[in-house]
Amino acid sequence: MDLNFTDSENTFRRECRAWLEANVPREPLPSGDTKEGFALHLQWEHKLFDAGWAAVSWPKQYGGREATLFEWLIFEEEYYRVGAPSRVTQNGIFLLAPTLFEFGTDEQKERILRPMARGDVAWGQAWSEPNAGSDLASLTSTARRVEGGWRLSGQKTWSTRAVFCDMAYGLFRTDPEQARHRGLTYLMFPLHAEGITVRGVDRLDGDEGFAEIFLEDVFVPDADIIGGVNQGWKVAMATTSSERGLSLRSPGRFMATAARLIDLYHRYRDRSDPVLRDEVIQTWMDAQVYRWFTFQTVTRMMQGESIGPDSSMNKVFWSEMDVRTHETALAIIGDALELDEGSDGAVDGGQWMKGFQFALAGPIYAGTNEIQRNIIAERVLGLPRK
Amino acid sequence: MRFAFTDDQKMLRDTVREVLQRECAPEVVRAAWEGRPEGVRAVWDTLADTGVIGMTASEDAGGMAMSELDLVLPLEETGYAALPGPIVDTVAVGIPFLEAAGTDAQKERWLGPAVAGEARIVVSFEEQAVVAHAASADALIVQRGGAAFCVPVVEASVSPEQSVDRARELCRVAFEAGAQYRMRDDVDTAALFALGRERAALGTAAQLIGLSRRMLDMAVQYAKDREQFGKPIGAQQAIKHRLANALIEQEFARPTVYRAGWSMATSARDAGIDVSLAKIYAGQAARFVAKEALQVHGAIGYTIECDLHMWMKRAWALAAAHGDAAYHRERVGRHIL
Repeated sequence: MDLNFTDSENTFRRECRAWLEANVPREPLPSGDTKEGFALHLQWEHKLFDAGWAAVSWPKQYGGREATLFEWLIFEEEYYRVGAPSRVTQNGIFLLAPTLFEFGTDEQKERILRPMARGDVAWGQAWSEPNAGSDLASLTSTARRVEGGWRLSGQKTWSTRAVFCDMAYGLFRTDPEQARHRGLTYLMFPLHAEGITVRGVDRLDGDEGFAEIFLEDVFVPDADIIGGVNQGWKVAMATTSSERGLSLRSPGRFMATAARLIDLYHRYRDRSDPVLRDEVIQTWMDAQVYRWFTFQTVTRMMQGESIGPDSSMNKVFWSEMDVRTHETALAIIGDALELDEGSDGAVDGGQWMKGFQFALAGPIYAGTNEIQRNIIAERVLGLPRK
Repeated sequence: MRFAFTDDQKMLRDTVREVLQRECAPEVVRAAWEGRPEGVRAVWDTLADTGVIGMTASEDAGGMAMSELDLVLPLEETGYAALPGPIVDTVAVGIPFLEAAGTDAQKERWLGPAVAGEARIVVSFEEQAVVAHAASADALIVQRGGAAFCVPVVEASVSPEQSVDRARELCRVAFEAGAQYRMRDDVDTAALFALGRERAALGTAAQLIGLSRRMLDMAVQYAKDREQFGKPIGAQQAIKHRLANALIEQEFARPTVYRAGWSMATSARDAGIDVSLAKIYAGQAARFVAKEALQVHGAIGYTIECDLHMWMKRAWALAAAHGDAAYHRERVGRHIL
């Protein structure tokens, strides 16, 4: 056990910090879940990529720095510490890219990764369907075999930022004879092609961050299959476990939120209120605990262990911590909490209420926490499925 | 950065695990409850033979000069087995204290026997009204009026109090604070007591992690075995989710204890804060797991006949011992706010 960072990790941290402090926009960008904000966020992603910070853990040939997982965690801590913009490239860099590294061909990696990380091609996910949410295996969108490729039909929904994106990926039923997990294929498809209609859906927080995607005979070449025909479930599960766990929510984000909460507490509340004080302390401690837990997990990964269903624990913890943290912030703010962004009296520009609403999505997306608890109970504790 | 134990540390854990599996079955804990501590005495002897009891003593004193980090895994196992007796007191606190502040005569009398498993040492901090395990100890290290005394138990007045955990042998301790008991006055014993408090809290947190693990194991096994409505109750989501929550609490508490062990072993800055986090999270997890395990067991869990109660009562006692959540949270609060 050595919980000190190495000299080279400390050097890496200093490098991250220096670049970020010099380059992060002084004024926060408008929400990346709006049209205008999304475009500004993509510009920021260009800048990150050109300086080699967009995907630090990737191989150099794709624009990364070949950073270790610990260095990636350090980058994330520094990134959120300075309050850098949210990553609109997330569904590409942290969800699709790991799948490509594991299952993609060299041609696919060569073609897709750099433009993805530079923000030149924006990627959205297309997992859920109107009747396939938690029960993803019941999906009904199809891919029909045609000369040189496939024709996609059906409907996807809850596709994050798909109204602003160029490409998406998801599962399609390629073998209609097979049921549920079998006969599915992982495909990438263009969002501006013939036969596609994308309709934005306003989220709880008011941003057009969701979309429905309607597909009618949309053509996709064979080259856009990842991991082989009818192998989609296995490929997708690899992605969802990275989504749940580490790569979606690294500790740096929550440590930064805890620091902002402490600052809010000092500014807005009579410090003699012992209940709120305890909740603020709890938030800070939870973020620390999440950090140690993650370091432990990453140590295991670097020793070659696969974390598998353990990532479900991670997802339940961070998503519920994030909700509690924002609830505490709103309790500190008191009745001013309803003053939305744009109002004069809004505390910190209304970001806490906005963050609270966003946090409420955490226990739902990337597999609801109920599904995660089933996974933990069945695959970690070994309880019977039925 | 490497958040993992060495092979040697894991080997020591496995040794302790095997000894306890063999010699500290629930019947042994139950016997201690009923005033028959012979089994526990035998476990202590075996642990001494493996070197665990003397592990924190210097090599000159026959020990292995092991650190707080080395202690964490073996102590976790003692929690898993609900081993009764002053193992945290003797190994984590008492022996290092005696070695640092004992007079030649005190060390001559107690150190060798403690390392060999023949004498148990219990430490009584100034603020403690009652002390666990003093009646079955051989020597007491007592903080009174800011000074340190090393008192043979036979020369002290030890009056028993009843713990909800009958295996904990709570006592009130009184003695004539005579010069013959004084420990060395050329060492900073106040600092040693402060360090002892941290070690006691850390060791207790490690035991709490073990207690959680055992209670969860019991509940999971019960949920697989017990059938109602024609299937195991563990097939019901209501049961699954309780046990999943218990596992999450336990597994997030675990690295806080390991971190605190490392921080103390390396005298890291803010080691005390790390100890506080460990104590809070390990205590919180153990109390939570106890509650869920009881609910999963249903009525049988609410009996003395079911072993679960001995683990629950230990968990309640230890979660509050050596600083409860409120105490440690306040310490963290002063640090960050």
